[in-house]
Amino acid sequence: MMGTTTERKVMRRRIYISIILALLLVSIFIFSVNAGYSKIPFVDVVKTLFGQGSAQDTLIISQFRLPRIVIAVMVGAGLAVSGAILQAVSQNSLADPGILGINNGAGLAVMLYISYFPSTLDVPVMFMPLIGFTGAILTAFIVYGLSYSRKEGLLPNRLVLTGVAVSAAVAALMTLLTIRLDPENYQVVAEWIAGNIWASSWQYVFALLPWLVVLGTVAAFKVKTLDILGFGDQVATGLGVKTEKEKVILLVVAVALAAACVSVSGGIAFIGLIGPHIARRLVGSGHRWVLPISALIGALLLLVADTIGRLIVQPSEIFAGIVVAVIGAPYFLYLLAKAK
Amino acid sequence: MKTKELSQLKTRPVMATVILTAGVGLLIISAFVGIAVGAADIDLATVWDALLHYNKALTTHQIIWELRIPRVLADMMVGAAFAVAGAVMQGMTRNPLADSGLLGLNAGSAFMISVCFAFLPGLSYNYLILFSFLGAALGCFMVFGVSSLVRGGLSPTRLVLAGAAVASLLTALSEGIAIYFKLSQDLAFWFAGGVAGVTWTQVAVVWPWLIGSLLAAVLMSKSVTILSLGDDIAVGLGQNTTRAKLILMLIVLILAGLAVSVVGPVGFIGLIVPHLVRYMVGVDYRWIIPCSAIVGALLTLYADIGARMVNPPYETPISVIFALIGVPFFLYVARKERRSL
Repeated sequence: MMGTTTERKVMRRRIYISIILALLLVSIFIFSVNAGYSKIPFVDVVKTLFGQGSAQDTLIISQFRLPRIVIAVMVGAGLAVSGAILQAVSQNSLADPGILGINNGAGLAVMLYISYFPSTLDVPVMFMPLIGFTGAILTAFIVYGLSYSRKEGLLPNRLVLTGVAVSAAVAALMTLLTIRLDPENYQVVAEWIAGNIWASSWQYVFALLPWLVVLGTVAAFKVKTLDILGFGDQVATGLGVKTEKEKVILLVVAVALAAACVSVSGGIAFIGLIGPHIARRLVGSGHRWVLPISALIGALLLLVADTIGRLIVQPSEIFAGIVVAVIGAPYFLYLLAKAK
Repeated sequence: MKTKELSQLKTRPVMATVILTAGVGLLIISAFVGIAVGAADIDLATVWDALLHYNKALTTHQIIWELRIPRVLADMMVGAAFAVAGAVMQGMTRNPLADSGLLGLNAGSAFMISVCFAFLPGLSYNYLILFSFLGAALGCFMVFGVSSLVRGGLSPTRLVLAGAAVASLLTALSEGIAIYFKLSQDLAFWFAGGVAGVTWTQVAVVWPWLIGSLLAAVLMSKSVTILSLGDDIAVGLGQNTTRAKLILMLIVLILAGLAVSVVGPVGFIGLIVPHLVRYMVGVDYRWIIPCSAIVGALLTLYADIGARMVNPPYETPISVIFALIGVPFFLYVARKERRSL
């Protein structure tokens, strides 16, 4: 495959892009650890990261900032990969876990859970992604079922439209729940819905990690299938891919990724849409590159959003989800206007 | 093609007249029921008595006058406003999925109102309505602004997506404001579409505007019919499309702004009602618009009565009820109209 000079150029470009993105992520990571209500000089940040910091710095960084940053990176990466898979499976470049109602489905389940077990302390955090996944997978199957036609298979356009509609219904149920909560729980839930990365403790990092590792690995093994699905069902079937079965597997992977992320971070939309789009622009449409680059871009986006949210109205914060919506909605509209 | 277009132009004036006359009668009867039903059930005789001989000393009379009557009036006003706004939008944009909720107008209003709550507390209701209108205009401008950048405009499906994106942006901002300023759950209830706290002041401020814009919509209804045939035909029939669209859009913004300022961003009324009405009276908007007002008022009144009865003493927000009815309806319309989407 790697014969011609152009291909070598493309390859080199992809590697450069990966390196640049990774460097960006590292520098924003360091900046983010440094930024916040209590300023910690850069030198001390580096010292602390290598275990040489003062007790107070170590506390602030290791107990509050680091887990939050790690969560932002994980959630951003997970949502972006989920979006990339959904876009490939539905053959619709506007698909994204937020638009398809998957985020809301996970959210509703987590909300039910929070309202019936108000003190989240005595329920293992480990269950959160699982609860979210249950709600998300139910929602996803409803959306899938409603946009599937026996004659034509999965209809890309109907999928997004159905997603928007089902999402609205789930949001209505969430509203119903929020109103019934007592004010204290209400504040928690309202913040969660708005996408506050409130779960900033190592517990949540460890709750989310196995999901990302397992699902990410599965996704990595499926890159060829994702590419082939892009040719359309007929070609894919001709190439010996069991399209419907593969689609269902991939959908479950994408839904599980999004649900696990959302159950930790709350309602964060648009990352799953934007990440893959930018990735495809940078490295073309092959999923071997699109998936990892999407993950990098998603991580970058959410980390930047969360950092902006932390800095803009000190000592208070704006939630990452809101910052993402402010950046993401215009981009989505631009894509809508541009796409044929 | 010709025959198809002609056969599509079926109208049923008789049916429409029946809806208008019977509908008004039904509204009056239902209003009494709406006044009687609630956390404290009151029999119809007492309602009648309270209307004729208001006695301040009686608690039931106070409940009826201060809580129930404004609420029932608000139901009807809001229902009519959302329904007519939806009918006009569906007609002029030829988009079966048009609705002030789906196209971001409601979210815009709600956003501006939350801005008022946060930054201008104690603003008089008149100004609140003005801001609500501006907010609807903001949402509308964003969605149709994107649409106007595309040659030939966005397809109905894409318009809905644009609406969803704009709505999610504006809602995120509203939520941010609500959380940041610790605006209590009341604002949440209002966002959820509550008619529970409607006061006489609101009713008094809203009704002249409402009647005015409903009348304007009825007067412009012929233009809506012409626009619904498509721009080419409309121009051929000597319609000044740009001017008509601007006036109609203004009417829609006022209607949506008014309604949202009273009950918050309730979606789907404007989607469901015009479809039901078109099914009954045909495709002439001279009938569709007045009938939508009546049917919208009725439907919202019943939704609110339902909202009080679902699980007392809790109130279910009407937005939830309409979303749960509206979503299957939306999916049905989307399936049925697939050719044109």
